Amino acid sequence: MTSDALREPWTDLGRQRESSIFAIWLFLGTEVLFFGGMFTSYAAYRFLYPEAFLAAGHETNIYYGSVNTLILLISSFFMAAGDLAARAGLFRFARICFPATAILGMMFLILKGFEYNDDLEKHLFPGPGFPLPEAGAAIFWAFYWVMTFIHAIHLTIGIGAVIRLQLASRHDPDWLKHSAAPEVTALYWHFVDVIWVILFPLFYLAGRS
Amino acid sequence: MSDVTADTLRYSDLPPVMATPNYLTHGRTLGSWLTATDHKRIGLLYAFSITIFFFIGSIAIAIDRLDLLTPAADLVSDDTYNKLFTLHGIVMVWFFLIPSIPATFGNFFLPLMIGAKDVAFPRLNLTSWYLFIIGACFTVACIVAGGVDTGWTFYTPYSSQYSHSYVAAAAAGVFITGFSSILTGLNFIATTHMLRAPGMSWFRLPLFVWSMYTTSAVMILATPVLAITLFLMTAERLFDIPIFDPSQGGDPLLFQHLFWFYSHPAVYIMILPAMGLISEVFTCFARRRVFGYAAMVYALTAIAVIGFFVWGHHMFVAGESPFANLVFSFLSFIVAVPSAIKVFNWTATLYRGQITFESPMLYALGFLWLFTVGGLTGLFLATIPIDIHVTDTYFVVAHFHYIMVGGTVSAFFAGLHYWWPKITGRLYHEAWARFAALLMFFGFNLTFFPQFIMGYAGMPRRYHAYAPEFQIFHVLSTAGAAVLGAAYLMPVGYLIWSAFYGDRAGANPWQATGLEWQTDSPPPKDNFRAPPVITAAPYEYHTAEEGPPSHERGLHNVQGTAG
Repeated sequence: MTSDALREPWTDLGRQRESSIFAIWLFLGTEVLFFGGMFTSYAAYRFLYPEAFLAAGHETNIYYGSVNTLILLISSFFMAAGDLAARAGLFRFARICFPATAILGMMFLILKGFEYNDDLEKHLFPGPGFPLPEAGAAIFWAFYWVMTFIHAIHLTIGIGAVIRLQLASRHDPDWLKHSAAPEVTALYWHFVDVIWVILFPLFYLAGRS
Repeated sequence: MSDVTADTLRYSDLPPVMATPNYLTHGRTLGSWLTATDHKRIGLLYAFSITIFFFIGSIAIAIDRLDLLTPAADLVSDDTYNKLFTLHGIVMVWFFLIPSIPATFGNFFLPLMIGAKDVAFPRLNLTSWYLFIIGACFTVACIVAGGVDTGWTFYTPYSSQYSHSYVAAAAAGVFITGFSSILTGLNFIATTHMLRAPGMSWFRLPLFVWSMYTTSAVMILATPVLAITLFLMTAERLFDIPIFDPSQGGDPLLFQHLFWFYSHPAVYIMILPAMGLISEVFTCFARRRVFGYAAMVYALTAIAVIGFFVWGHHMFVAGESPFANLVFSFLSFIVAVPSAIKVFNWTATLYRGQITFESPMLYALGFLWLFTVGGLTGLFLATIPIDIHVTDTYFVVAHFHYIMVGGTVSAFFAGLHYWWPKITGRLYHEAWARFAALLMFFGFNLTFFPQFIMGYAGMPRRYHAYAPEFQIFHVLSTAGAAVLGAAYLMPVGYLIWSAFYGDRAGANPWQATGLEWQTDSPPPKDNFRAPPVITAAPYEYHTAEEGPPSHERGLHNVQGTAG
């Protein structure tokens, strides 16, 4: 059973786990710079066009945004519980938490799809028929589409990783305890969640203060 | 030291007939290579791939160079000329220089030098190579479809609005390859932290390992910014959404800021590995301890850190505020300080060394000259008035080729010749290698030194029709490129020949102190027959000097007495 979790070139599980955790933190560092490029650009344009950004922010759908924020926060709870349960050896509980996390993630994506549909009906995709006249409003919406889309891609990868935990532990729940995968997945999941927690005020609350 | 000597003796006593089972004999099918998680094999997979790209990029620029023989634009059309130099830039930067030393020698030697069995995540390492290949496929598809004409910098709004070439495919290739370099960097950092052999403390790491570590840090922090920048540019191009589009209030300068936030540190991704590698070669062929080991480590770190804060010097004439220009100019001078520390320390390492001129050393000495010229002309360019004078001229082209080709490619060849016996277990023909090294140095200078002069005189880059007074410089440059091309082809010949027919190298043909030389050549699949234990600092080629310098000690002995 331990041999399943232990991989080359490691000789003990503790060291292997430590390096996996170290590596995912490094990867999240990369991700911070990846999103950082977009946050910086958003900040630069909001500084250039403060009024247009407020007016454009008023057009986002606060209901979808708020419900989705709630859904992601609850999903993070299940993810954290699943990770701790896996480490404590409570495998049955962990294997309930993982599907719950994945389902909440999918709910987020489905709601996001409905929201995108609403936005498109209101012609909020920059281009012909874009309703907002202010210079810079189209830039706000360009960032809205790009950043929420990239966030959704990250979330999709996260859902895949959580499902993988469930599948990999199907025959051998013990694997959950020896592998660093639950903790690595949880760190990634929380990161994607934190990105949303920053996107939410930038896109949904900015025009409503 | 005594352990090292014992090892050396043991290995050289082996009959030089049969190689012991090693990583090359561990599986001989193509499948065993394509699914290899062995860091040594992955290093060779990269070496093979980047060699192909090196020649693709070289052929592209060779055609442009031929076109430049005459002032008229007579060999290729304007569009083709643009596409060829763009291809040259994209391929050489992202598919040759960035992975050149880290992905090949880094992969092969980082675990060996720290006494590890493999990198921390071998399967991730193979994934990196496949990402590189997928990115490469996009780039090749872009070339086959008709190429891209934006220049390697993809400046908006031309790239996002106006270019009628395959910008999205080229950007996708670079984007995907970027993740290959991020994951390689991540793997190297985790390996250096987690897998050092017992006794391999941080200040016993060979400088090549330090250079890999600092390069990796730059890779994982800078590359994602390039990825997102190209993503935004491509989104604007494909979906017509305003991000950098000035007609809708966007700021093209923002693209340049984001682009150079990656692409200046990218220069250090290319040169830091070269600096580490050169330290290995100089110490070995001068039989000296490296001068100022700690200063060398801090200089590598300082270059990696300060390198993140100088990107604005690419934009002095782009419309930055005078204050920003001043700050970036100042910081660009500051980053030259650790580079100068390294040059002085290499020189001091050579001082009173017992220098021999084997081919790796010739390439390394070439590096020292060319890097110094490239670095000093970098200071010209950091000076705002001079930069304004030579912006977008051949002076800039010459400057960065002195760093990237004179520096990094020379170091790459130094490493190739230094480690070839370890990688293949065979010795190449030394006389041919020395001849190629000298020819490369000569050809390089003939190609690029005239470009400094014509650039300063006003020859702009990226034009293929030019005023007739520049022709002499272009003719010299094209002649140099022909010599350089021959010098690049020679190693392909004698190295491949040596891999099959060369003499067996033995474990440590250069009598070097590094851990990688204390195992078989080629190394066994698991790198070492027994787990190594590290007992000394690197580069102990001689006993430590203590006491006052010799001229203060008085005479040791006189030959006789008189009177």
